[in-house]
Amino acid sequence: MIATPAAEFSTDKGATRPVLMDLKNITLRFGGVVAIKDISFDIREGEIRAIIGPNGAGKSSMLNVISGFYVPQQGEIWFEGQKRPPMKPYQVARLGLARTFQNIALFDGMSVLDNIMTGRLNKMKSSLFSQALWWGPAEREEVENRAQVEKIIDFLEIQNIRKTPVGRLPYGLKKRVELARALAAEPRILLLDEPMAGMNVEEKEDMCRFILDVNDEFGTTIVLIEHDMGVVMDLSDRVVVMDYGRKIGDGTPDEVRANPEVISAYLGVAHE
Amino acid sequence: MIYREAGDFKTSYRDDGQTFPIRLDRWGYYALLGVAFLVVPFVIDSYWANAVLVPFLIYAIAAIGLNILTGYAGQVSLGTGGFMAVGAYSVYKLMTAFPGVPIFVHILLAGAITAVVGMLFGLPSLRIKGFYLAVATLAAQFFLVWLFNKVPWFYNYSASGQINAPERTVFGWAVTGPATSAPAKYLTCLVFAVVLAWIARNLTRGMVGRKWMAIRDMDIAAEIIGVNPLTAKLSAFAVSSFFVGIAGALLFSVYLGAAEASEAFGINKSFLVLFMIIIGGLGSIFGSFAGAAFLVLLPVLLKNLLVVRLGWPTDLAAHLELMIVGGLIIFFLIVEPHGLARLWRLTKEKLRLWPFPH
Repeated sequence: MIATPAAEFSTDKGATRPVLMDLKNITLRFGGVVAIKDISFDIREGEIRAIIGPNGAGKSSMLNVISGFYVPQQGEIWFEGQKRPPMKPYQVARLGLARTFQNIALFDGMSVLDNIMTGRLNKMKSSLFSQALWWGPAEREEVENRAQVEKIIDFLEIQNIRKTPVGRLPYGLKKRVELARALAAEPRILLLDEPMAGMNVEEKEDMCRFILDVNDEFGTTIVLIEHDMGVVMDLSDRVVVMDYGRKIGDGTPDEVRANPEVISAYLGVAHE
Repeated sequence: MIYREAGDFKTSYRDDGQTFPIRLDRWGYYALLGVAFLVVPFVIDSYWANAVLVPFLIYAIAAIGLNILTGYAGQVSLGTGGFMAVGAYSVYKLMTAFPGVPIFVHILLAGAITAVVGMLFGLPSLRIKGFYLAVATLAAQFFLVWLFNKVPWFYNYSASGQINAPERTVFGWAVTGPATSAPAKYLTCLVFAVVLAWIARNLTRGMVGRKWMAIRDMDIAAEIIGVNPLTAKLSAFAVSSFFVGIAGALLFSVYLGAAEASEAFGINKSFLVLFMIIIGGLGSIFGSFAGAAFLVLLPVLLKNLLVVRLGWPTDLAAHLELMIVGGLIIFFLIVEPHGLARLWRLTKEKLRLWPFPH
């Protein structure tokens, strides 16, 4: 994995930075099933925050709550010091949240370039009328945003596939394009749902590098779900551990690793 | 050898985003437009206008409209005939109520009225998808035709229940009514077809088009990255209906001259236009033209071949024509489900590499 030890990245980012998003006592139920049970944690500006836990622990549900796709039955979400009212996902996107999906959710019929350009839709304000005539603001916006998108394409090293339809790409590149689309929105918080699932070692290393670079260069706050413990412990500043919808641990990678409850959730407990 | 991108470097994002990136393509289309505007009007006779070119142009507009909704935004519609009827009856009511206003304004207004009606019938798309939406739009088809037959106000209480286009002129040339010349009909439809195709191209290459395609390809992901499904779907319905309404208005006022709702705008029309975009290619402006050309020209060709050349009886030829068209549609769907537009693109890609394909 990444050669540099985790300690070098995990400066005290988590402890000193201001809170960007605060989740308070979130409970989410589907009928009788409690997916998330009274979970609270915060996300600080500029950190990489990982959510881990065994399958079915409620990690993806948590991400869906943050991105507005599920509305929790109880609990409050505070964003930039303000309580967030119940919102539709597209309204949440306008606040500056972007995400990628566990199973890739790209627009298969469109080219890589168009997929990434779609990520900038909240930056483009020209009216239907001026777009119809391709005149004035519409064309200017298109060119300006194209320039921004090209920066992201360079950053993620996908120049050679920009005109390729997404449906033709291999899995690893699709994941990268999805990250590019999320980055195009210039998000305050970037939510990554298993960005390394199904990748080989080389692709994982690339993806790790991109995630760290995004965090470093753009200062983007990142919330990350990942199963690869090596990756999680190396990348993240702080980790939330979930099991059966509950939070069983929260802290720096080292603290979490030493937490007996976490160990028992992952390795099982010895029965006497 | 000439059909190459090599050496044709783009140095700005503006150039890179243009409609025809390859130089030869661009010249080809300019030449085609030049011939269509400057040569054809002087040589066209009423047979070519009435049997081939005018219906081709009108159906191409309708097909672009439906393609925006179904091919780009992914919302299946079987209400095209009904929306064409809205365009036709709107233009009729406008022409008779405000005789002094230029006909082009009336046709555009008819499109706008159809856009509003289309948005109204597009509301169910916010809740239902796919086949279920198709059935909901089918309801629009039957309701609208029924409405125009049942309410005499729409056909100005005429005894026959028909609507007849009064004569209107543009620069002294009659473009509607019985006295209209073939070039006038052709040019009117050509102007609308070219301008509307250009608008459709602009919309689909810009952010509106991307939102539509995002909704088509994966609506949940689209919503999460910030597409408002309400505005995206309704704008698709509005723009699509605007096109279809103009096609209906032209079909009635310029081409047919007289129409009756259930006959001219029945469910057959909806299917005809749907076949056009399926055969032509979903999500392609070129495909809309190709599909319209295919389904307008094929019957004419077959008729010429069977009746004129082979001397078959007309009724036999008419039945056989239906069977052949039907067979060809099935053949096409099996061989090239992505339509003529895909064939065209593959040809162009091959041509780009010819004669050294590797």
